[in-house]
Amino acid sequence: MDMNRRQFFKACAAGLGGSSLALLGFSPAPVLAETRSFKLARATETRNTCPYCSVGCGIIMYSLGDKAKNAHSEIIHIEGDPDHPVNRGTLCPKGAGLLDFVHSPNRLKYPEYRAPGSNEWKRISWDEAFDRVAKLLKADRDANFIRQNQDGLTVNRWLSTGMLAASASSNESGYVTHKFARSLGMLVFDNQARV
Amino acid sequence: MTNHWVDIKNADIVLIMGGNAAEAHPCGFKWVTEAKAHNKARLVVVDPRFTRSAAMADYYAPIRVGTDIAFLGGVINYLLANDKIQHEYVKHYTNAAFLLTDAYSFSDGIFSGYNEAKRNYDNSSWGYQKDKQGFALVDETLQDPRCVLQVMKKHYSRYTPEMVSKICGTPKDVFLKVCEYIASTSGPDRTMTVMYALGWTQHSQGSQMIRTAAMMQLLLGNIGVPGGGMNALRGHSNIQGLTDLGLLSNLLPGYLSLPGDKEQSYEDYIKVRALKPLRPNQMSYWQNYPKFHVSLMKAWYGNAATKENNWAFEYLPKLDKGYDVLQAFELMGQGKINGYICQGFNPVGSFPDKAKIIRGLSKLKFLVVIDPLATETAEFWKNFGPYNDVDPTKIQTEVFRLPSTCFAEEDGSLTNSGRWLQWHYKGAEPPGDAKPDPEIIAGLFLRLRAAYAKDGGAFPDPVLNLTWAHKIPAAPAPDELAMEYNGKALADLADPKDPAKILVPAGQQLASFAFLRDDGTTSCGCWIYSGAWTQAGNQMARRDNSDPWGIGQTLNWAWAWPVNRRILYNRASSDPSGKPWNAKRKLVFWSGKAWGGSDVPDMRPDAAPNEDVGPFIMTAEGVAKLFVPSGMVDGPLPEHYEPFESPLTVNPMSPNNPKAFANPAARVFKGDMEAFGKPKDFPYAATTYRLTEHFHYWTKHCDLNAITQPQQFIEIGEELAKEKGVKDGDMVKIRSNRGEIQAVACVTKRIKVLDCGGTKVHTVGIPNHWGFTGVAKVGYLANMLTPFVGDANTQTPEYKAFIVTLEKA
Repeated sequence: MDMNRRQFFKACAAGLGGSSLALLGFSPAPVLAETRSFKLARATETRNTCPYCSVGCGIIMYSLGDKAKNAHSEIIHIEGDPDHPVNRGTLCPKGAGLLDFVHSPNRLKYPEYRAPGSNEWKRISWDEAFDRVAKLLKADRDANFIRQNQDGLTVNRWLSTGMLAASASSNESGYVTHKFARSLGMLVFDNQARV
Repeated sequence: MTNHWVDIKNADIVLIMGGNAAEAHPCGFKWVTEAKAHNKARLVVVDPRFTRSAAMADYYAPIRVGTDIAFLGGVINYLLANDKIQHEYVKHYTNAAFLLTDAYSFSDGIFSGYNEAKRNYDNSSWGYQKDKQGFALVDETLQDPRCVLQVMKKHYSRYTPEMVSKICGTPKDVFLKVCEYIASTSGPDRTMTVMYALGWTQHSQGSQMIRTAAMMQLLLGNIGVPGGGMNALRGHSNIQGLTDLGLLSNLLPGYLSLPGDKEQSYEDYIKVRALKPLRPNQMSYWQNYPKFHVSLMKAWYGNAATKENNWAFEYLPKLDKGYDVLQAFELMGQGKINGYICQGFNPVGSFPDKAKIIRGLSKLKFLVVIDPLATETAEFWKNFGPYNDVDPTKIQTEVFRLPSTCFAEEDGSLTNSGRWLQWHYKGAEPPGDAKPDPEIIAGLFLRLRAAYAKDGGAFPDPVLNLTWAHKIPAAPAPDELAMEYNGKALADLADPKDPAKILVPAGQQLASFAFLRDDGTTSCGCWIYSGAWTQAGNQMARRDNSDPWGIGQTLNWAWAWPVNRRILYNRASSDPSGKPWNAKRKLVFWSGKAWGGSDVPDMRPDAAPNEDVGPFIMTAEGVAKLFVPSGMVDGPLPEHYEPFESPLTVNPMSPNNPKAFANPAARVFKGDMEAFGKPKDFPYAATTYRLTEHFHYWTKHCDLNAITQPQQFIEIGEELAKEKGVKDGDMVKIRSNRGEIQAVACVTKRIKVLDCGGTKVHTVGIPNHWGFTGVAKVGYLANMLTPFVGDANTQTPEYKAFIVTLEKA
């Protein structure tokens, strides 16, 4: 039975007491008794882009959760986007494993702090993290900001703190990060493009 | 990329060199497959290893790591000597005819103007002969011995097939066969695309490797045409975006640059950047620099940037030198850096000479890591046995580890290698309390600003006056940020030709950078991205994949910079009269009234062909530069130099001049020159690279990828294995002058010993992907071995060519 992708999903979502197999055109009698329905049929599809290399393959993420305020959405499947003119639905081994990135056991969840000389992490709140880091940044900038160089020329730079920005972060994130770093006068500032 | 991924299907010859697209960009590689299947294209691969790209090739040539300039210089020599160039293209679209002065010279590996003590060049002798108006002089006959073409011919006459074989180890007949494939695209009927990546950038002469290939493509007339181009296959999903937005030591968004110390006045700053044309009638589009710069300062500083204060010029930090990552860690090791923020970047894994990186981080007062995953960098202070042999009690660095969202948990855009900005949507909430990066940046910024407002401190003005017009200041929204970098009118913009007509009312988004002004009436955070979010909405989210011309030009899918142009320099796809060079490969051509075709013309739309406006509108010359008078610190023409760590002791190109052994203009820090290994201790060439199944140090956190490639291995050829008594599967120790790793040896036919003028060169292949965090088997970071020296122009480290020794463990 010939059908395109949209029809396939429609067929699977139809339910109606018939199994998806039956609707697909396979109808051995025993199968008609099943009521199993296709898991992805009730998922939300969201378009995204693979975060790894620079081909920028289109992906479709399937998530559960109905977007109500208390519902916690969870991505259950990621596959290539067939509409994308470059990858046309395919993904390489890296992209094919994206679900395992999203759900990696090594995803960071909470701000943490490691004290000088210590061998462990201590969980802290976001407020504490922001307050302490901002204090450290300001103290260093106030102590070491260079208004004029040794020849009396105005240079307005801060060299004693640096930053590396993320090449998998979005343009919007990169843009606001640049505003932040440069307004402070930072020059020790790079991203993966350097390497 | 000058072209883009799908366009590769239009090529007749695909050259993969300095890259391995089948393994590192597999879904992009499908367009090579399409070119072969539907366009009768041939794939040629030149690589130190017989990679998966080579396995798909019609022809493979081996090459010694770090010798690509010699190989490509040899190709240029072949093309010029056999007259396999596209004559009309070269004459009209390159600076082949431009005349150099008698002050320029080259001898024994060194160009005129070299300062040995400073390891740099004064490039004033590299300039053109000029007339009284300041225009460069040309010789249309291309015969004058001082014209660029003749100077190039002479320079590359030294790159004979014998010399190429001696330096690169490529058998002479194999090299010549590659030349034949390449030369087959010298006519207007056939074209070649060059796909390259970090195999060209990660060398001390990397920029010049790329230059050599670009010169080759220009001689062949392969730039600005479908299926042609110089196509950089970038490494990360948004490294193009972060480059475009200027998050590098010396840049501002849109490839604008920060001022240097000596540029104390705004006039001094602008005059060297607003390039005046070097030939009559040329667009020299950087002339418009003031419009881009003023609009940027209005976007960042709003009403605090005025004509009176030169658009807040003083707010910009000035450069005395570059503070790239190698310089940063050199300073860190000297105790001169107190704080460091690592956002989505893992320097302990990614930077060369891991021991030096650890020493640097250990001297910091504080380190802030912002990442979705638990990286090595965040735990650089923890002992992981031989994989990270440190004593935490001796490391006083305070470390903050802040959880960020990943791609699936945010809205935003990423720019792929083809310059396409593609919008993506959030599909789920992040785990725990992870926050999007803009919220983390806002968290820090707002507290800093409040503290400066309350308590004052060092030069608070740029912090207090930075625009931050977000509905929720603690959560800048992606659409707000995109609209800001797109740009808008700050006042009614009247048509200069008809002041009664308002082109753009105040407050409206701009359609492109053509509307930018230098009088403070426009604001734009990144001029090359202007057009991404217009009054018509988010162009990056468009999803029409139709391809009306059948050559992969899907102009309504997402949005490309600049102004949705998909193939750069596309006017060069037509001859000087405006007619396509190849009627079967039309791209942009003159209709009689305007330029048009399957792309946004890279030319003033009404520039009639007889106005002779050159296709390379960003250069002052209007044409492409075979010879570069200024802009490359290590020479106007590429020249072969050995990598800083080489299995040879003499540069065969300049055997009598030790000063020209390795790049004479590359920066080497005090102490690092002595730290380079010597071949008597480290006889084998080595290189690092990716595997198909892994992405850097990220995917070792992902089950599926860890399963497919769980354990660290290195690759050596059968001859080296036999010499060392190593069998496939044995554990081996690999040591450089900086460190030692252990890994399983994979003995393969795919790496052959090379005969370089009598010296047998073995190559050890070292995949990157293991480390001391993750779900894969623990391994040694490959960068424990790599050297701390970078490209003379970009400071990109020389990861791809160094030397090691090896033995059974």
